Amino acid sequence: MTVLKEISIGESLETILKPVSRMDLIKYSGSSGDFNPIHTIDEEAKKAGLPGIIAHGMWTMGNLSKLFTPYYEDGYITDYNIRFSGMVFLNDVLTLKAELVEKIDQSLLFDVKAVNQHEKDVVKGKIKFELC
Amino acid sequence: MYTDYIGLTSTKVKNVVERELVRRFADSIGDNHPIYIDEETGKQSRFGTNIAPPTFPRVLRSGTIDGLKLPLNGLIHGEQIYHYERPLLIGEEVYCYSKIEDYYEKEGSTGKMGFLKMRRYGEDSNGHLIFTEESITIITETVRRSLNV
Repeated sequence: MTVLKEISIGESLETILKPVSRMDLIKYSGSSGDFNPIHTIDEEAKKAGLPGIIAHGMWTMGNLSKLFTPYYEDGYITDYNIRFSGMVFLNDVLTLKAELVEKIDQSLLFDVKAVNQHEKDVVKGKIKFELC
Repeated sequence: MYTDYIGLTSTKVKNVVERELVRRFADSIGDNHPIYIDEETGKQSRFGTNIAPPTFPRVLRSGTIDGLKLPLNGLIHGEQIYHYERPLLIGEEVYCYSKIEDYYEKEGSTGKMGFLKMRRYGEDSNGHLIFTEESITIITETVRRSLNV
């Protein structure tokens, strides 16, 4: 395991997710209790004016923070802000990114985002990771 | 009008951060890390137990705000903001309530968009804050008209 304490400004954490599947969204509906059918049922998504089902914004936000999970012995996320800026459809391939932009004492400030296969940001925000 | 609800809070609800709920939640966001799931890893960690992922509080109940009517469909999740004093621990009791922090409207391309800012608070059994979770929900004019608010 690498150590987050040694990361320098401009360095990034990054991972690519498997294409979004219906089962991903069914599982998230169950685990989160958000059963809005636009995330799982095609006809309901179409009725809502969407081209197809879309991922829960919170599914994407939940995935994004896993970039930091391996570093739990170094500290933890104290602040996590996200703006939902684009929709995520079935089979989309998301890249998760976190770039260190500032370091103040024990606080590491990251710009974080999920980008789809068309290079469009779908969620974007900031994470503050407090070292211990 | 939603502005009338600004400042209102719900009654606190007791929740337990259940191991199985955390396991399923972590699995559903593709984050099956042993710090969330494996008891031994939890014990060996600096927390002395397993923790929950940062976006887990979405699962917790925080009561309802009297009279607040929100449409079941057509809401747009605009922003989500977490703040933690410390990670949430598996097995602990968390007391949650929500508060309507703000409501404002902005002119958009499809009419007036309403922005409802709600914050949930999670406290330990001594009333000390563990986390806050803020959601900004966008309510379009079409949806608002159908509710007469």
